[in-house]
Amino acid sequence: MGGTDAKDILGLPKTPLSLTQEKKSRPQKESHRKPDGISREVYALTGGVAPLMPSIDVTHLKRPPPHDEKVAWQWLPVKSSARKDDLQLYHWVRVVNDVPPTGDYSFAKYNKSVDVLKYTDDEYENHLTDPVSVWTKEETDQLFELCERFDLRFTVIADRFPLSRTVEELKDRYYSVTRALLRARAQSPAELANHPLIKEPYDMTRDRERKRALSMVLSQSRHQEKKDAEILAEAKRITEMRLAARRAAEPDVPANENIGSVSPSSNSQLPATAVAPSTLTMADYASTLASLRMLHVYLRTYGLEQMVQAASSAVGLRTIKRVEQTLQDLGVNLKPKVPTKTVCDEHLELRKEILTLLNLQKQLQYKESEGSSHREGTYAAMPDTPKDRVFASEPFSFGAERPIKKEPKRKGPGRRSDTPSPAHKRPRKLKASDL
Amino acid sequence: MEDSNVERFSASTPKPRIGIDGGDDNKNWRRRVNGVEVSVPIVCGSIAFFRGKKAKEYRTHNWTVYVRGATNEDLGVVIRKVIFHLHPSFKSPTRVVDSPPFTLSECGWGEFKIDITIFFHADACERKLELSHLLKLNPEIYSGPQSPNVPVVTESYNEIVFPDPFECFLSRVINHPAVHVPKLPEGFNLPPPGDAGDESYYKMKKGDTKDHPLSHWFSKFSEADELFKLTATRQKVYAACLPFVQADIAELKRQLVMVDVQPEQF
Repeated sequence: MGGTDAKDILGLPKTPLSLTQEKKSRPQKESHRKPDGISREVYALTGGVAPLMPSIDVTHLKRPPPHDEKVAWQWLPVKSSARKDDLQLYHWVRVVNDVPPTGDYSFAKYNKSVDVLKYTDDEYENHLTDPVSVWTKEETDQLFELCERFDLRFTVIADRFPLSRTVEELKDRYYSVTRALLRARAQSPAELANHPLIKEPYDMTRDRERKRALSMVLSQSRHQEKKDAEILAEAKRITEMRLAARRAAEPDVPANENIGSVSPSSNSQLPATAVAPSTLTMADYASTLASLRMLHVYLRTYGLEQMVQAASSAVGLRTIKRVEQTLQDLGVNLKPKVPTKTVCDEHLELRKEILTLLNLQKQLQYKESEGSSHREGTYAAMPDTPKDRVFASEPFSFGAERPIKKEPKRKGPGRRSDTPSPAHKRPRKLKASDL
Repeated sequence: MEDSNVERFSASTPKPRIGIDGGDDNKNWRRRVNGVEVSVPIVCGSIAFFRGKKAKEYRTHNWTVYVRGATNEDLGVVIRKVIFHLHPSFKSPTRVVDSPPFTLSECGWGEFKIDITIFFHADACERKLELSHLLKLNPEIYSGPQSPNVPVVTESYNEIVFPDPFECFLSRVINHPAVHVPKLPEGFNLPPPGDAGDESYYKMKKGDTKDHPLSHWFSKFSEADELFKLTATRQKVYAACLPFVQADIAELKRQLVMVDVQPEQF
């Protein structure tokens, strides 16, 4: 069943089950207990599922609620303080024990209106003339009349205003007039100090700006939204890390000096290649170390994990996978089996150096593809360099020369003995024999 | 090894000095020593014996899970108690071992992850440390029916690191065989180990695992092989980086040649 009645009403296609299957499922559904007290069809309308919240205890539905008073409903005239005229209206009234209800019509309290100030002509001439002389007295009068009629709903007023003025201009005029009027009428300036119009005066330009900004945010494409969110998150992360690094760096003044002296020198040696990790990564390390120290006790393996994460924080997942693949190719455990301090330090350094190596390769590939796009263009791709393998997957012994394993898509034999000519410098595929 | 073109961020410690960082209270005996790292090499593991003829459906293996010193020294100098969290199907699965050797033996049929919580003496650290160990009863590779005399041993090496130890802790453990403290610089004065702190561990019985009945099965962990492999691999990677660097230098030279500078100057 499952709400097929509802689907019928809405004109939706029923489930594409075949009739036989439906028949099979039907007895299944029928066996669900439906609650007593409501008819089968009504229950099916809800989709055959009991309501999540028990609305009324079903047993109550058959019995009328008990009451000790005599309640009758009568058609009576009603008086409302909200009406100014003598129109006599009637409605049903719940009469308890023959006593009709007293008091004002219950909705009369919602009849609120705005106090739009009324000024005299004198007041106008003395205080309210528009210094910029855009607004004449007639216009101001019209504005105020509309304001009173439409309860300061400026969008409606703007529509009805005979001259075409923007909502902001109307608001500006109304609020400045009222403000001036209040000031003029006030006995002392003190009593006005808390009046909202005085405390926070309407600023037309700010209002315009605010509306413009809101509409910009509303009309942002999803793409823009995502980019903004990313940038904000990145900025937050950077400030937090800088903060942590600064805090961590304070007690370790000598350590900081080391970092400071190394980075400029390495940068100057290789200006073309960004070999050195960025300052962001340095802050990562510092903040990771700081947070480890904050723990007061930790496992060596945990410490290594954190540092590896810090080292990988500036790179993408694919690069991380490549680093791990390289480690495996070289026969190094991804997690050291005997994680002593020295082993962990060496492991971390090795990972960083592999990152550097991968970086260098990538840069050379970019340069290659850039350079060759000016030439024939056929060199652009490197079809034979398997992107994910830096070292051949054979385990090789330290220092021994090994024959090269023929990779399926190599371009030509014996390339390793060629010295790259200056015109066509291609990234050499690293082979086991190179090392 | 030259590493001028690879930025080195050494995790080695700066010069140790007594930090003013007293943490919660600045009393003398709570002062921390910055730059000295105390580490305790431990091995966390399990040994499981098949019960052979005595095996029943739910009691097929006798196993022991433990946290021991890597060289079988007494961990009680640092660890106050260890809690092993067993699978909920065990009766009172939270087993507390409050004196060394920190071992727990049980009888069961299933493999599961055992969460281990380590509590330290107050002068070492007030925080607890969590690790976990996967209990293995059956060998990885099936090689015939299990013999009740040959257990399945799973051990993993780790180190508990105290990055900025308290002075009193450092002076208490500095000469203990279970604890590794790096060589302190000349003229570094530690106050003598006082009576402040928890002394109950001194009164405990022998806590090392050197003569433990299962010590026959313990593995020895040596960093030498792994270290060797790592340093060798680092050299290889460095060598692999060189051609790129040289290519860059060659490129620079070429560019400068084009700007009409004498090559002899290089």
